[in-house]
Amino acid sequence: MSDLEIMQSDWLARIDAAADLPALETERVAALGKQGAITQLLKTLGGMTPDERQAQGPRIHALREKVAEALSARRAVLEAAQLESKLATETLDMTLPVSTGPQGSVHPVSQVMDELAEIFADLGFSVANGPEIEDQWYNFTALNMPESHPARAMHDTFYLTAPEGEEAKVLRTHTSPVQVRTMTSQKPPIRIIAPGRTYRSDSDATHTPMFHQVEGLVIDRGIHMGHLKWTLETFLKAFFERDDIVLRLRPSYFPFTEPSAEVDVGYTVQNGRRVLGGSEGWMELLGSGMVHPRVIAACGLDPDEYQGFAFGCGIDRLAMLKYGMDDLRAFFDGDLRWLRHYGFASLAIPTLSGGVGA
Amino acid sequence: MKFTLSWLKEHLETDASLETIVDTLTRIGLEVEGVENAAEKLAPFVIGEVLTADRHPQADKLQVLSVDVGQSEPVQVVCGAPNARAGLKGVFGPPGAYVPGSDLTLKVAAIRGVESRGMMCSVRELELGEDHDGIIELPQDAPVGAAYAGWAGFDDPVIDVAITPNRQDAMGVHGIARDLAAAGLGVLKPVQADQIKGFFPCPVEIRTDDPEGCPAFYGRVVRGISNGASPAWLQRRLTAVGQRPISALVDMTNYIMLGYGRPLHVYDLARLQGALVARKARTGEELLALNGKTYRLDRSMTVIADDAHVHDIGGIMGGEFSGVSETTTDILIECAYFEPENIARTGQKLALASDARSRFERGVDPAFLETGLQLATMMAVELGGGEPSEIVKAGTPPEPAKTIEYRPGRTAELAGVGVAEDRQKEILHRLGFGVTGEAIWSVKVPSWRRDMDGSADIVEEVVRIEGLDCVPSTPLPREPGVARPTATPEQLVERRARRAAAARGLNEAVTWSFISEAEAAPFGGSPWILANPISEEMKAMRTSLLPGLLSAANRNIARGASSSRLFEVGRRYLADTERPTLALILAGNSEGRHWRTGRPRPFEAYDAKAEALAILAAAGAPVENLQILDGVSATYHPGRSARLGLGAKNVLAEFGELHPATLKAFDLDGPVVAAEIFLDAIPQKRGSGHRRALYAPPPLQAVTRDFAFLLPLEARADALLRAVRGADRNLIADVTLFDIFTGPGVAEGHKSVALEVILQPGEKSFTDEDLKQLSEKIVTAAAKAGARLRD
Repeated sequence: MSDLEIMQSDWLARIDAAADLPALETERVAALGKQGAITQLLKTLGGMTPDERQAQGPRIHALREKVAEALSARRAVLEAAQLESKLATETLDMTLPVSTGPQGSVHPVSQVMDELAEIFADLGFSVANGPEIEDQWYNFTALNMPESHPARAMHDTFYLTAPEGEEAKVLRTHTSPVQVRTMTSQKPPIRIIAPGRTYRSDSDATHTPMFHQVEGLVIDRGIHMGHLKWTLETFLKAFFERDDIVLRLRPSYFPFTEPSAEVDVGYTVQNGRRVLGGSEGWMELLGSGMVHPRVIAACGLDPDEYQGFAFGCGIDRLAMLKYGMDDLRAFFDGDLRWLRHYGFASLAIPTLSGGVGA
Repeated sequence: MKFTLSWLKEHLETDASLETIVDTLTRIGLEVEGVENAAEKLAPFVIGEVLTADRHPQADKLQVLSVDVGQSEPVQVVCGAPNARAGLKGVFGPPGAYVPGSDLTLKVAAIRGVESRGMMCSVRELELGEDHDGIIELPQDAPVGAAYAGWAGFDDPVIDVAITPNRQDAMGVHGIARDLAAAGLGVLKPVQADQIKGFFPCPVEIRTDDPEGCPAFYGRVVRGISNGASPAWLQRRLTAVGQRPISALVDMTNYIMLGYGRPLHVYDLARLQGALVARKARTGEELLALNGKTYRLDRSMTVIADDAHVHDIGGIMGGEFSGVSETTTDILIECAYFEPENIARTGQKLALASDARSRFERGVDPAFLETGLQLATMMAVELGGGEPSEIVKAGTPPEPAKTIEYRPGRTAELAGVGVAEDRQKEILHRLGFGVTGEAIWSVKVPSWRRDMDGSADIVEEVVRIEGLDCVPSTPLPREPGVARPTATPEQLVERRARRAAAARGLNEAVTWSFISEAEAAPFGGSPWILANPISEEMKAMRTSLLPGLLSAANRNIARGASSSRLFEVGRRYLADTERPTLALILAGNSEGRHWRTGRPRPFEAYDAKAEALAILAAAGAPVENLQILDGVSATYHPGRSARLGLGAKNVLAEFGELHPATLKAFDLDGPVVAAEIFLDAIPQKRGSGHRRALYAPPPLQAVTRDFAFLLPLEARADALLRAVRGADRNLIADVTLFDIFTGPGVAEGHKSVALEVILQPGEKSFTDEDLKQLSEKIVTAAAKAGARLRD
């Protein structure tokens, strides 16, 4: 073994033995520093003859190269070890609880209204609105309920105080005045739903003086009860996301439709609760019918040319049947516990592709 | 309306089962609300005979009975009824029997030490009447051991149907039978009304002076009648359908009303003076009605009166004074036609409901007056004897004689189901309609169908009898392609605002549109007050959504919530319009106690500002351009609230800490912060398609420079920020206020405001000279806003 080879293995051993970064730095200075052994060796090249230099040069440079490599390799090892030991002192208790921020929610009534809008948009219905403080003409008269009509008294209407000599306005008792407002403001073909607040002077376990309804209206040429039946079936199947929804139309009476039909939906009893689908029993869910020719005429359309259907349904009731709440009064209490339990995440937006049931 | 199966069968020849009848009624629009059979309810009760009755050894008022109930051994029963005695036949309930009137199930029990194995029952205990003075006493021929209900004729199911307001003809059993016959369930039996001859001229003058309210008034007198209790069959039938038997003559009128939908009234002739006249009431006239209440009448109401008194609120309720009693011997039977609208108005005004009113206001059959009177006479004489007078007919009932033009194809057009012409004719005939004509039919409406108005009504008659279940489900025509969006810009604003608020951790509530006047007061009261509120708490239409939310917050705090973040999307009801609004309140702690943040932090006005701006941004408002305006309503803390607007005339939102007086009105301890966003004030982006303005991120690195300015304490940050932003619209990309400081080193009455300004070079990097000039522009602009660069 030549001197240089001995020197190399000696240095590599020393570098490998350096226990920490300062020790390694000491070795680096000793080897490659200005006065370092290998630096000194390189300086000897200047005093050599060209032949000697040609022979020794590459060897000394190779030695320097090897030692530099060993130093940097050892440095990497030592730095990694140092970081490791530093990190070992920096632990956190990752089991500690954190706050993810307050959890907001969307009210079930709003969610169901969005679901309705989504389903009916696919059937070509847009969403219409009307005032809740309504003229008696829109709420009753135009809907074929003249002043002394017994059905008016059956509506448990809230009246607003009016100046002497002026007709009192009412809180709309149903969303049906939107039918009139729509027919008087746009030309057929008409396909709308009108969800919103409605009011009746009625308060018990299953009735609140304020509640939500959705109205549906289709006016065109050649629309008949078969279309009504299909629309309701299609809507309810989509809304409840069940194919076994069965409807039963029963003749009934509403002053603003003729013929009129009450719509029952079949249910089955599962674990003691009524679940929509099948036909073990029937529950009343909707009122509907063919728009009365007098209503069409009152709205300025020709009842010999245009006909169509209308239906109305309780939104709170739909929500309860779909999502299982059993107390209507809780809808309007604003109890945070209830809102969080029955409410919906902001991003649970009903869509046709993602489903209309959250 | 209730009726029994046997009653129905007096009008309908049928062998249909109860189940078929019930299903058919619902199917043709006479919705069955319930079927009850007293015999099933009373099945365990049998006829028993008291063999011995001995005094109870421990109690004076009790007896120990030995009762033969048809078994090998008599049964021992302890009984407290005063009429219990040996030889009495009564109704025995064995252990295990449910007693409906007492809501208890009998069991073997020791009563004061003596075993009792059942009960002898009273009428009330079996829900057969009100009598509770003693146990039921049956005639001596009652068979011991037999089922009581079957023997007594209670085995007669009671059917309860809901009659819709258009179906006056179904307000009597006969009309219901007609519908069932039309539906194929049998044959309608004709009305059996014999002509009862008058033996003498009617001694009372009868006339109508109010031909509008009472166009026809028929009547006759019956002399020498006796008015005792009505026979058992009649009492049983009336009791079964919920009518209280009163006396033979009153029961007779009720029986005919329920049987034929024809209300009648019977007067005690001895109480009448002079002519009996239908006329308008005079202002101030009063009547003590048969329900024991006195009604004050006015000139819009039709009454029946004689020379001395008002005797009857026409078509609604008779008077106490001339009502028949046990001592009545001579009567006058009234059968009149009252105009429906007038009856409805009078009934509503007096808040008086009666069986007669519910029929007259729907409109009774105007062609049935004479028949009705004959039926009444026939039954009155049958029950109480006597001699009838001739009939007096004052006025004439309206003759509807309505004919509707109808094309048979209309059923397929409107109902979507084709029904053969022959079948349509058959249905209409069975319902009493007359049909003539070929291509276009003339359909003659029967006198009892006042509701028939046009061809749509004829379609309804055909399809309701044919069956709505025959209507085939038919898809609505669909536009080709993917369904188009339907939401309006207003709807989109509302949806985005709602979902944004929920995403920010707020819980959506729905609160009442009406609040108390006290709750409305801190918000300036309400222009809309209910005339007939359900309670004082729900009387005034809200002009702000905050009262409902504050009440909800109050309830939540009472339930232990330390923090309420509530919002509502709804309308405010202003004098001229209803405005869609999103309101939110933040009450309690923004952050609760937590190991990372330490003490809880209560909400402050800036939290409300943050929510308002974030929701406005989500709803599409140009938040960059919004100005902070003064002049917030008195609901808010005057120094800690503001409005956000695009100019003073277009306010989009209000926010801030609520005024302590507002909180006090809702029993809340402050601070509570709130915001109201006026959704309809948010300007909508003009439709410019989907394409965005062209943009490429600047290639050169931005430069950040900090500035500290001195401002008078009362100066607002907004002016400074605007000024600095405006110093160079092209190069200043952003300005952030990152520190406010008062204290040592800052002049008295001043604050130091530190801004970070981000400068974005365009084509080429900034030179030192560029930056120097920009800084000078910024300082100059700030100076105009009253700020001075801090030394």
